[in-house]
Amino acid sequence: MAGHPHSVEEGAVRFVAAPVDLGGTGHYVHWGVVQLSVANLVVIGLMLVVFVAALLLPFPRGRGQGRGRG
Amino acid sequence: MSGEGAAGGGWTGALRRRATRALPPDKLLPDAQPAYMASWIYVFGVLTLAALMIVLVSGGVLALKGPAWWHVSGTGRYVNSLHLWSVELFMFFMVVHLWGKFFMAAWRGRRALTWVTGVVCFLVAIGTAFTGYLVQQNFDSQWIAGQAKDGLNSVGIGAFFNVLDFGQMLMWHILLLPFALGALTAWHVLLVRLRGIVPPIDATTPPATPPAPAATREAAG
Repeated sequence: MAGHPHSVEEGAVRFVAAPVDLGGTGHYVHWGVVQLSVANLVVIGLMLVVFVAALLLPFPRGRGQGRGRG
Repeated sequence: MSGEGAAGGGWTGALRRRATRALPPDKLLPDAQPAYMASWIYVFGVLTLAALMIVLVSGGVLALKGPAWWHVSGTGRYVNSLHLWSVELFMFFMVVHLWGKFFMAAWRGRRALTWVTGVVCFLVAIGTAFTGYLVQQNFDSQWIAGQAKDGLNSVGIGAFFNVLDFGQMLMWHILLLPFALGALTAWHVLLVRLRGIVPPIDATTPPATPPAPAATREAAG
């Protein structure tokens, strides 16, 4: 069966599952008494990236909505 | 009851007058906002609300079918995953909104209660997610409960909150904590409507009361 997905669904699952092996043992980062999973670190990193983007990216303004009411 | 007058109507009339005075319809459902609302931080607040709705609806379906449904049904597993990932997004959006409001010092201008209800929402959401992990009915939930009981017992919480009691944790997860979270969220949104969004830190503070007409004419010369 390897390399020959029987259906589109099976192929899609393999494609998505390929980058990260979710069936294996988790990876952890140890820092003294602190222990964090790599998955959680990735989520924290994503939150920081999104937060910085939310601060820096210009907010779109609609037509005729130059200034709101104060 | 006829002939109530402006002050009649008993406690229901008094409550209605107070509610409409504090939050008239145009303030409760406004169609315009200050220019400084044009910020992505508020978008994340709304996204948090949207994710919470998905969490509540998917959780309601799971409650209808029972906590073991997702172990025996493909549809159940789909709804369970929908519940999990909407919670992940809910926490994600809420944290970004919280960080933004912290750096805006959003408690300024009599908005302390708005800030506090938001922070308590965050804490209650952590408790709700925790009890959710405890009612998965698998080895993961057993492991989490086994680890958590030692920490909670060491500070005396285990006396009334037993993480090894599946029934108690299920009730906390599907009734008490969602009710608290829903009520706090509604209170938070109403407070935002009541006090308005916080102006930028460097904005000019308007005077508390407008100057008297005579003083204005004098100042104008």
